[in-house]
Amino acid sequence: MKAVITVTGKDAVGIIAEVAGVCAARGANIMDITQSVISDYFAMIMLTNIDGLNVGFSEFADELAALGKSKALDIHAMHEDIFNTMHHV
Amino acid sequence: MINTQDILETIQMIREENLDIRTITMGISLWDCVSENAGRLCENIYDKITRRAERLVSAGEEIEKRYGIPIVNKRVSVTPVSLIGGNCSAEDYLKIAQTLQRAADALGVNFIGGFSALVQKGVTVGADRMISVIPEALAETRNVCSSVNVASTKAGINMDAVARMGAAVKRAAYLTRNENSIACAKLVVFANVPEDNPFMAGAFCGVGEPETAINVGVSGPGVVASAIRRAGDCDLSDLADIIKKTAFKITRVGQLVATEAAKSLGVPFGIVDLSLAPTPAVGDSVAYILEEMGLESCGAHGTTAALAMLNDAVKKGGVMASSHVGGLSGAFIPVSEDAGMIAAAERGALTLEKLEAMTAVCSVGLDMIAIPGDTPEEVIDGVIADEISIGVVNAKTTAVRLIPAYGKAAGDRVEFGGLLGSAPVMPLNTYSPARFIRRGGRIPAPIHSLKN
Repeated sequence: MKAVITVTGKDAVGIIAEVAGVCAARGANIMDITQSVISDYFAMIMLTNIDGLNVGFSEFADELAALGKSKALDIHAMHEDIFNTMHHV
Repeated sequence: MINTQDILETIQMIREENLDIRTITMGISLWDCVSENAGRLCENIYDKITRRAERLVSAGEEIEKRYGIPIVNKRVSVTPVSLIGGNCSAEDYLKIAQTLQRAADALGVNFIGGFSALVQKGVTVGADRMISVIPEALAETRNVCSSVNVASTKAGINMDAVARMGAAVKRAAYLTRNENSIACAKLVVFANVPEDNPFMAGAFCGVGEPETAINVGVSGPGVVASAIRRAGDCDLSDLADIIKKTAFKITRVGQLVATEAAKSLGVPFGIVDLSLAPTPAVGDSVAYILEEMGLESCGAHGTTAALAMLNDAVKKGGVMASSHVGGLSGAFIPVSEDAGMIAAAERGALTLEKLEAMTAVCSVGLDMIAIPGDTPEEVIDGVIADEISIGVVNAKTTAVRLIPAYGKAAGDRVEFGGLLGSAPVMPLNTYSPARFIRRGGRIPAPIHSLKN
């Protein structure tokens, strides 16, 4: 199972490290990262494998959202099925 | 592999265009609650609803988290109470309504539907008693919804029932006169009522439904409006295609959520309702879609044609996205719940007569429309009869949810709050249909109902 983590907000040092830190602590394996910074605006899409998650998905998503709040970023984790279902027949 | 563009599109739909799942509604049969003792019946009802739907709210919240999509409402619909009431007295029916409210409180659902009766051909003793206490039941409870089916294409129109419902609407308005006649927002009069509808106030668990089922209503007017805006000045064939593709994507999410909820709760999946359900939030309006299609204001001449095309394209796109489609399925046009409809009514572009015409080509009917509080009962009966006849003759569902706002006159505004929004009080034609209504009896079923 995979989850998509999206991060948007004002650019700062260490955003990827912080998000990757939560992933590592919770057992989510990072598979792919697409990231860009346009005029100080940071945007990242991270694809992770969540088969080895050591907490429930809700807790994982909550922890990332809380990290986002503390850093003034918008961070969401969503199960891949919503994208697959919506965009593939 | 998931495409970055697809991810961004989905996220934009959810965060900027108000895409959400409007409701997960669990249908619960109450047939096995029947008892000759009213107290026992109420206990059985409470126990069954709270047991079967115990995890409904938590399962819904879990799915919201997993897929990052808001599920706005978690609701319960039950077997029409008039069918399981047996020998209950009118007072007993009131106790059943209070029992439903207790169950809703225990579960944390925001509406429970099924204080309902099916009287298209005639009224049973049970239905008679239940209908007699609808206004009190709605005034004494907060989250209980009531509906009465007064007509069908097969049975014709029960005009005696129409007249009773006009009286019930007026009394419900009076009993809740200190709360902007809010009880009327929980009461719908139907023709050809669907038995698996997940949307309130008309949801109930029909007689052919299983023990329990999960029915899901999707939303997404903002997503459709944005897609049309991006398309620019394309012709209507292209526009229909764009609406279909968007409806497909919206409905696929509904199907995913419905399947997951059914699996998580161990309950069969019933249907997805292919709906475009607005909210009062800016950008979540069906009227704005019509205006985006090229109308200066919703209600302008051309509105019915635009809505007909929109409704058809939503169904065509949605039907392939779901394994079972049902409920009301189509665009909703509730005035108070749609910022664009409210604005159109306030600027005088949208009238009750135009809304009636629009209901001939989309789902539901005259919905959440505030009218002057002193509107005579027979005029309300006439509005109901007109709307219901559109459903009967066109073999489709139509419904009426009018709020004769007590003490308010045309031009005033009524605030309901939350998803129910606020409504400008709309004027209506008050020439009397009293003699026609008082004739009573049944309007026979139309000739094309004889299909066998």
